[in-house]
Amino acid sequence: MRRVLLRVFFVLALPVLLVGVWWLASDDSTNVFWPPLRTTLKTFPDVWTADRLQDDVLPSLLRLTAGYACAAVAGVAIGTVIGSYRKVRAFCEPVLEFLRAVPPPVLVPVIMLFAGIGDTMKIAVIASGCVWPILLNTVEGVRAVDPVMAETAKSYGISGVARLKDVVLRSASPQIFAGLRQALSIGIILMVISEMFAASNGIGFTVVQFQRSFAIPGMWTGILVLGLLGFLLSMVFQVVERRVLGWYHGLRASARRSP
Amino acid sequence: MHALVVSGLRKVYEGSGRRVEAVRDLTFTVEAGELVCLVGPSGCGKTTLLKCMGGLLTPTGGEVRLAGEKVSGPPPGMAFVFQEYGRSLFPWMRVGENVELPLKQKGLSKARRRELVSDALESVGLADAAGAYPWQLSGGMQQRVAIARALAYEPQVLLMDEPFAAVDAQTRADLEDLVRGLWRERGITILFVTHDIDEAVYLGQRVIVLSASPTVVQEQLKVDLPDERDQLHTRVAPRFAELRTHVYEQIQSAKRGTPSLTKTDTPPPH
Repeated sequence: MRRVLLRVFFVLALPVLLVGVWWLASDDSTNVFWPPLRTTLKTFPDVWTADRLQDDVLPSLLRLTAGYACAAVAGVAIGTVIGSYRKVRAFCEPVLEFLRAVPPPVLVPVIMLFAGIGDTMKIAVIASGCVWPILLNTVEGVRAVDPVMAETAKSYGISGVARLKDVVLRSASPQIFAGLRQALSIGIILMVISEMFAASNGIGFTVVQFQRSFAIPGMWTGILVLGLLGFLLSMVFQVVERRVLGWYHGLRASARRSP
Repeated sequence: MHALVVSGLRKVYEGSGRRVEAVRDLTFTVEAGELVCLVGPSGCGKTTLLKCMGGLLTPTGGEVRLAGEKVSGPPPGMAFVFQEYGRSLFPWMRVGENVELPLKQKGLSKARRRELVSDALESVGLADAAGAYPWQLSGGMQQRVAIARALAYEPQVLLMDEPFAAVDAQTRADLEDLVRGLWRERGITILFVTHDIDEAVYLGQRVIVLSASPTVVQEQLKVDLPDERDQLHTRVAPRFAELRTHVYEQIQSAKRGTPSLTKTDTPPPH
């Protein structure tokens, strides 16, 4: 019981402290752009009503999900091909390094030219930014399949789909998940940015809209919503990761116990 | 028909202007149901030889025949037990799944697979470990799982590449007895590669001594110890000492690079 309380204390102490500091520091603020936290929180339930959740948060989430899923499928598929063949890798690597170095937000105007200003554009922007960490990590993971495991698979005639599904991808999964995790935060950033350019709904759109109409406390609530959303998605990600990579964490723990 | 025929096997590695002749000319046979140990000085190309036999490497010359069929890729009639058990078992699969995976590839029915898996695990003494992950087991137990996987595969020939080099001495003794027990019980053909002379003499019906690299067969030696062997008595038997001394001398002369003059099948006199 004491230990549980202590854990709860450690989890909550810093957030509570930070909110407290914000609350006190902004309490007597008369600056329009920096409203007291009290005001922001009071605005919150008025702004984020059920209607708004459906009209702005839901579309944002759907675009994020679609873009992220496209990036995950494409990244893992292409990464597996590149990682499996040394020649393909030598051929693609310089281009990959270049494409990865292009900051994804700069693609928004470009993609807008081709994909218009609808959902397709936003999904394409999210996917084109998320795909790189997934792809590059998959390449590394697939490359790093242990040679003894690869030989074991070969000697037992495990080839084709079974080799891919049961050996290569499983062995690369810790790396793939590292890529997916990076891609998630990039995805949230691009979701917001793409909605700031040309949109009629979405969380990013709402924040810009509030800022332009000087509804400053509303703008701050939008930022809080984005923070909470990121936190929530990261929690979901962790739960999934712990399920899929349970073996990996166990393996590492056992390696630490007996080096 | 011989279970395994290696004739004129030669392997030369070429790369970046360097030519390394790992195996020069190897010829030997293994009969069905035989337990043969290959022993040689360290770095003598034992692993190269084994990989050529298992179809994992293409030999530069000569050939390997498994039950009359030329090996040109991993043959379904051969199962491997690697030295690095920790890297040979898949850590994302439970023990049972590890044993079952090659069987799925063979296209066996689910019922048959389950039967083979539980039978194999039982015969290595791990009947109740099917649900554990390999990394939850000790090193010796992990190697037992690898042996079970090979048994369930029902190979004509079982290849073991220094399987006990990485486990402690007591576990090793247990595993040696396990292998001998399985061999006698199931009548499988085993080719066991080791660098440990005592292990080779204790386990084998026949010991093939390899020369230093580039490898040739230095000597073939019949181990005329009784079939009933145990760690306590066999290892202190005078004949065991004679045989191990003989193999030891052969390996020493192999290291010095002077091939012995007696390449015969006859063991040294009593």
